[in-house]
Amino acid sequence: MKYLSIEPARPKVAVFDFTDCEGCELQLINKEETLVDFLKAIEVVNFREAISNPSEDYDIAFVEGSISRADEIDRLLTIRKKAKVLVAFGTCACFGGVHKLKNVHTTYEANKEVYGDMPKDTMPVRSVGEIVQVDFSIPGCPVSKAEIERIVQHLIWDVTYQYPVYPVCFECRQRFTICRFDLGELCLGPVSAAGCNAPCPAGGMGCWGCRGVAEAPNFVEYFELCKRHGYSKEEVLERMNFFGGFAEVTGVK
Amino acid sequence: MKLDLNVDVHHLTRVEGHGSIRIRVQNGDIKEAAWEVIETPRYFEVMLKGKKWDAAAVLTARICGICSIGHTLASLRATENAFGITIPEAAKKLRILAKHGETLQSHYLHLFFLAAPDFLGLPSALPLIESNPEVVAIAARLKGLANNMCDLIAGRTTHPVSIQVGGMSHKPSRRELLALRDELLRSVEDVAATIALFKTLTIPDFTRETEFVALKGVKEYPFIGGDLVSTDGIVKKENEYRAMTNEFCVEHSTSKWCKLSRNSFAVGALARVNNNYKLLHKEAQKLAEELGLKPVNHNPFMNNIAQLVECVHCTYDSVKLIDELVKMPQDEPIRVKVEPKAGIGVGAVEVPRGILYHEYEYDNNGRVVKANCIIPTTQNHANIWDDMHELVKVNLVKGMTDAKMELLCSMLVRAYDPCISCSVH
Repeated sequence: MKYLSIEPARPKVAVFDFTDCEGCELQLINKEETLVDFLKAIEVVNFREAISNPSEDYDIAFVEGSISRADEIDRLLTIRKKAKVLVAFGTCACFGGVHKLKNVHTTYEANKEVYGDMPKDTMPVRSVGEIVQVDFSIPGCPVSKAEIERIVQHLIWDVTYQYPVYPVCFECRQRFTICRFDLGELCLGPVSAAGCNAPCPAGGMGCWGCRGVAEAPNFVEYFELCKRHGYSKEEVLERMNFFGGFAEVTGVK
Repeated sequence: MKLDLNVDVHHLTRVEGHGSIRIRVQNGDIKEAAWEVIETPRYFEVMLKGKKWDAAAVLTARICGICSIGHTLASLRATENAFGITIPEAAKKLRILAKHGETLQSHYLHLFFLAAPDFLGLPSALPLIESNPEVVAIAARLKGLANNMCDLIAGRTTHPVSIQVGGMSHKPSRRELLALRDELLRSVEDVAATIALFKTLTIPDFTRETEFVALKGVKEYPFIGGDLVSTDGIVKKENEYRAMTNEFCVEHSTSKWCKLSRNSFAVGALARVNNNYKLLHKEAQKLAEELGLKPVNHNPFMNNIAQLVECVHCTYDSVKLIDELVKMPQDEPIRVKVEPKAGIGVGAVEVPRGILYHEYEYDNNGRVVKANCIIPTTQNHANIWDDMHELVKVNLVKGMTDAKMELLCSMLVRAYDPCISCSVH
């Protein structure tokens, strides 16, 4: 598949999952209209959810999920050693995701509640970046396939990828979506990172900030805006804490 | 007769989540034929504690990337039942339409990408891109249509946004619905090609009698709410689900296990067809008959065929639902006001892999005090284990090699289309 007479590299891609729902992996085989071209542009060599003959020789490792068990740390360290580029893939990998909501309980309490007297191995949830060096992060719960395609194109052509610097509000405007605040709902859109094409507000739900904080957000003005619409700071912080991408604001690690 | 067997499958591929198979046969004695679930636990029931009512479904959707619409629907139903909310008719229809979208995308994903490579002797569906591009094109079109359907009705395929407590937060336009209707009718040709393909595949000949549990349909093939039924004749109310599942912890698995009348039971497409055969759309019934699927069928590999039969049912039922929706007045309400109150509610929903239960106890402020989720694959684990033991036993007599046994047992597990991450939530 030549482009401007240049044969692009066809990187060997491996996909790995840890503590998670595998929804981001599933996104890789969604968006069917471009799926065949996408799969031709890369060489998928390791992807447990879809293929049975894995290879340990790969350039790019997409790592999905948060880390919450000792054996996962070992597996992650091995992947880090083998991968030239390690991509934290999805909100769980980038920030720990909703799984970090477990961290307010002790592992003993958590086990007691779910497994009674037969506790299972677990530890406080961490993001991939809290264990190994991450070269690239793709947040989103789930990740946006359109964005992955853009990023993979940049990786193939070795061009630096620039994330959008604007917040989700910008993409809502582009889609002519009515502001959720105007409809009487809380929304993290004014302070959350865009790039997802704002599907939640368009579908009738305020933003929950799964992609983390936008560049240079004005939190003072944002909390004022929320207050004007009748939302307390605690209420807003509770939502910011949901996906773990606002840890610096909420103080919850 | 072959007297020794050693099979070790660490992290079985082409399934959702982490499970392993271990088989040891010495001198003709089956020492072990184990299906082990080693997925990392996430403790969703703990995360739910203290969460506000409008966060419960957003959170529990994240139990699963494949059946997040099903989890959302079970979660909402639990909350709505706890608050005593009845949702509008139009919302009910839209929810089932979203449910059909999910069933179709999940079944097609499983049939084409996870199960079919086994029958074609391939490690994955990827080689088909070169060797059988027309099959890949059909698979992509069908799965694409199902995903577009989820996007249109639920706002997103994975982790939906438009299905919320009290009803729906977004209604597609009449034009969008009619366009979807056209697409569904056009897809019948691709469905026929899929059926033709699956007719050429040899389904392993294996039966082990077991109990099948599903929602009990009354007038329609069941998807959301209602009584629970088993092929052994047990009938329970939705809120008596614990008596239907009897969940318990085991040492060797991070998922819990379940049992009912026997040592194990099964849920899923085959269980639904076995319990509700007469309620299938007539086109789906016709296909079932052609493919030799009659109730009660006890071959677990026939679950793949049952999935195909359900794809036909969901396609035609979606067209019917759209016809009903476009006849409704444009200003028909799709959501009612939510007034939280203390109470307990259960939601049972048939998701692609079987019956799913969420139960929440709420305090006066509409915050979760206690939560319980019982997942289809949790209910299937014991049955997979028992099937595997029997499968090894009957094929041992045929002198099967380690490699063949490994493939057959892997196919057995895949036939259940297990959602292991779900089962270890």
